[in-house]
Amino acid sequence: MNSLQDFQARVREAAARRSPLQICGQGSKAFYGEAAEGERLDTCGFSGISSYEPSELVVTVKAGTPLVELEALLASQGQGLAFEPPRFGLSQGRGGTVGGMVATGLSGPARPSQGGVREHVLGLTLLNGRGELLNFGGTVIKNVAGYDVSRLMVGAMGVLGLILEVSLKVLPRPVAERTLRFEMAPDKALAQLQRWAGQPWPISASACWEGALVLRLSGAEAAVQAACQQLGGERIPDDQATPFWQGLRDHRDEFFLGAERAVQGGAHLWRLSLPPTAPFTALPGEQLIEWGGAQRWLVAPQGCGSLRELAQELGGHATLFRAEDKSCGVFTPPSEPLMRIHRDLKAAFDPDRLFNPGRLYPDL
Amino acid sequence: MTPSDRQARQQALRSALRPHLPEHSLLWQAEDTTPYECDGLSAYRARPLMVALPETEAQVAALLQVCCQLGVPVVARGAGTGLSGGALPHEDGLTLSLARFNKILHIDPLACTARVQCGVRNLAISEAVAPLGLYYAPDPSSQIACTIGGNVAENAGGVHCLKYGLTLHNVLRVRGFTAQGEAVEFGSEALDAAGLDLLALMLGSEGMLAVITEVTVKLRPKPRLARCILASFDDMRKAGEAVAALIAAGIIPAGLEMMDKPMTAAVEDFVHAGYDLEAEAILLCESDGTPEEVEEETQRMCAVLQSQGATRLDISQDEAQRLRFWSGRKNAFPASGRLSPDYMCMDSTIPRKRLADLLLAIQQMEQKYGLRCANVFHAGDGNLHPLIMFDANDPDQLHRCEQFGAEILETSVAMGGTISGEHGVGVEKLGSMCVQFSPEEREQMLRLKAAFDPQGLLNPGKVIPSHARCAEYGRMHVKRGLLAFAELPRF
Repeated sequence: MNSLQDFQARVREAAARRSPLQICGQGSKAFYGEAAEGERLDTCGFSGISSYEPSELVVTVKAGTPLVELEALLASQGQGLAFEPPRFGLSQGRGGTVGGMVATGLSGPARPSQGGVREHVLGLTLLNGRGELLNFGGTVIKNVAGYDVSRLMVGAMGVLGLILEVSLKVLPRPVAERTLRFEMAPDKALAQLQRWAGQPWPISASACWEGALVLRLSGAEAAVQAACQQLGGERIPDDQATPFWQGLRDHRDEFFLGAERAVQGGAHLWRLSLPPTAPFTALPGEQLIEWGGAQRWLVAPQGCGSLRELAQELGGHATLFRAEDKSCGVFTPPSEPLMRIHRDLKAAFDPDRLFNPGRLYPDL
Repeated sequence: MTPSDRQARQQALRSALRPHLPEHSLLWQAEDTTPYECDGLSAYRARPLMVALPETEAQVAALLQVCCQLGVPVVARGAGTGLSGGALPHEDGLTLSLARFNKILHIDPLACTARVQCGVRNLAISEAVAPLGLYYAPDPSSQIACTIGGNVAENAGGVHCLKYGLTLHNVLRVRGFTAQGEAVEFGSEALDAAGLDLLALMLGSEGMLAVITEVTVKLRPKPRLARCILASFDDMRKAGEAVAALIAAGIIPAGLEMMDKPMTAAVEDFVHAGYDLEAEAILLCESDGTPEEVEEETQRMCAVLQSQGATRLDISQDEAQRLRFWSGRKNAFPASGRLSPDYMCMDSTIPRKRLADLLLAIQQMEQKYGLRCANVFHAGDGNLHPLIMFDANDPDQLHRCEQFGAEILETSVAMGGTISGEHGVGVEKLGSMCVQFSPEEREQMLRLKAAFDPQGLLNPGKVIPSHARCAEYGRMHVKRGLLAFAELPRF
């Protein structure tokens, strides 16, 4: 399928039969979320850049476009996606599509300093469960006309509609980048990161693992140089630093490769999204801390109940990111009034539960 | 509703609310409710059935439950500085003033967050955290008066949002109540929350989805230095091209504002900021960061501005001068008040490259409608604020002003833009919503509202026009520039 009419016809036909559809791009994130059901609706044929104007800082792109293709185009103009979305399956020649990037809402190491996918979506075109083609938002940075439906689609796992085209804010790549390494236990590293967060340092990423804190500084050459001198630490050469951050971003570094192997052996990879000031909690299993403390990855041997409660007590939530057995649920359910709004929103966009039923929450 | 029906309804509401709210928190006499007749858009007025000023969340919850049972519309109100009539009262409804929710609850210097009640003023947050070297970035021009709750409702911007984002980018969590009076929290103190991103929906929802009582905002470390360049141009188009050239050079200024000649003259007379009165357009271009960074960036900015034909460049030498440069821009609205008995401020956003085109179109509209217009832009964001001057005592002028405004908005949509960048739709731009959105899109937004508020009691009649209203407005949906698919039938 490669035209809007094809998709519209397909959705209307599925609606007439009340036959659910699972939306698929490259399938690079098929491991993520609850199990998919329904007939496959492949978006890969709907690919290409609709418009790109570097001086407007906006690109409009079709949902099936490979992320690597979009990023190559932006890089040719010295720009990029500041939120560094992960590109899964890059070594198998995939890396994901723009539609999947928006639907899962996953962002990379730069998330705390640059914002996530949601902060960069300016508008989109979607098909709702009635097969109606709808545009929300636009191509301009400031826009408060009507409800912000386009950002609602970010991270919605495709349960509200089929994303067909997206306008994204793009930004110039930082002029300079340096990476510093500090020998530091995780509790000390978190405290240090918090002190730095309140000061105007050009910190663009952080990672704590195996007794080390790795820090990335990005920005103007003069600012990065000055920060390097004052923060101390050991400078990591660029030819090691660049692959390290890319590996972290795309889940191909040592920690995540180890996690994948452990998952094949029955372990669970959890993503804990916490207030950055939540204390370091030593838990059984490997733990990697990103986002200045706001994102913590844990390879847990087994079981899950207590972890989800722990995350909620600390003011955040836990997602079962990778696991063979997902019987304890992938995403933390919201409070009852919010769950009711979730159900009513699903009905408002997709009354016949056509799109990705159960992919976000089992009864949605 | 006849006057006696109205009185009976008021009576019923008063007795139902009395067990839950102290006497002094309820206003119903005409002399008490009249001050609430309008917000910052004073051309539209209505007297509410009643005004409530609760002091606790329990009172807000009880009040919403009562209104839900009696089917009484509720219009939430902060400082009343909104410019689109979002807080215009409902004649048969209750205006819920959140003015007494004015406490800063918790400042966390390590997490760089502040948890504040919705009625706290925007600027009060930055003032409170200044000793910690932190600030709250979005700075709408009304920041001395407008409240954070209103900022959330409108997704307010300001003059620094090109680099630091809108309210959306600076709010982590919102606490409030549904139309049925249930407590809800959207977002969290982490960087995301589980499930659908309902926080994104709350931002800019103009009080139609839930009532906000508490907001957790993100604070930023104050840059060590900021410097502002004042650049003059002898041609509006050159100034517009300079804006695009700065961005194309990979520079994201902390602020990038433009003013035309009539506006420059008006504010210079008002605040004596030292503006160039000969220029056809002036740009304010700010750099912030470490001293090294600012030095480097200011030089790059000056080089670009010069290559684009700037006729004069002034760089602020100290903080006092920088604030003086900005004082002119921030006082654009009050200064216009001295030029004309009334003015209407528009708020559309267009792609930056069309700035000069739209300005020329506006000049032609000045002739067509026989009214003057002065312009300020958040040029970096392509967000325009044309101020159309008129005399509200002359009904024909008001009518021409409305037509003038509607034509600016339609032209903006046709250029690939939007009818509101930061002021919201409210009641003012209801008609223009029919131009920007198709019937199916409006219907989808109405269904979205019903998912939050099935009885339609929160701020009814605002933001999303009914089909009947659009039919009456009589203008067709204009397809937007880039996202429109010309090959598809849309009606």
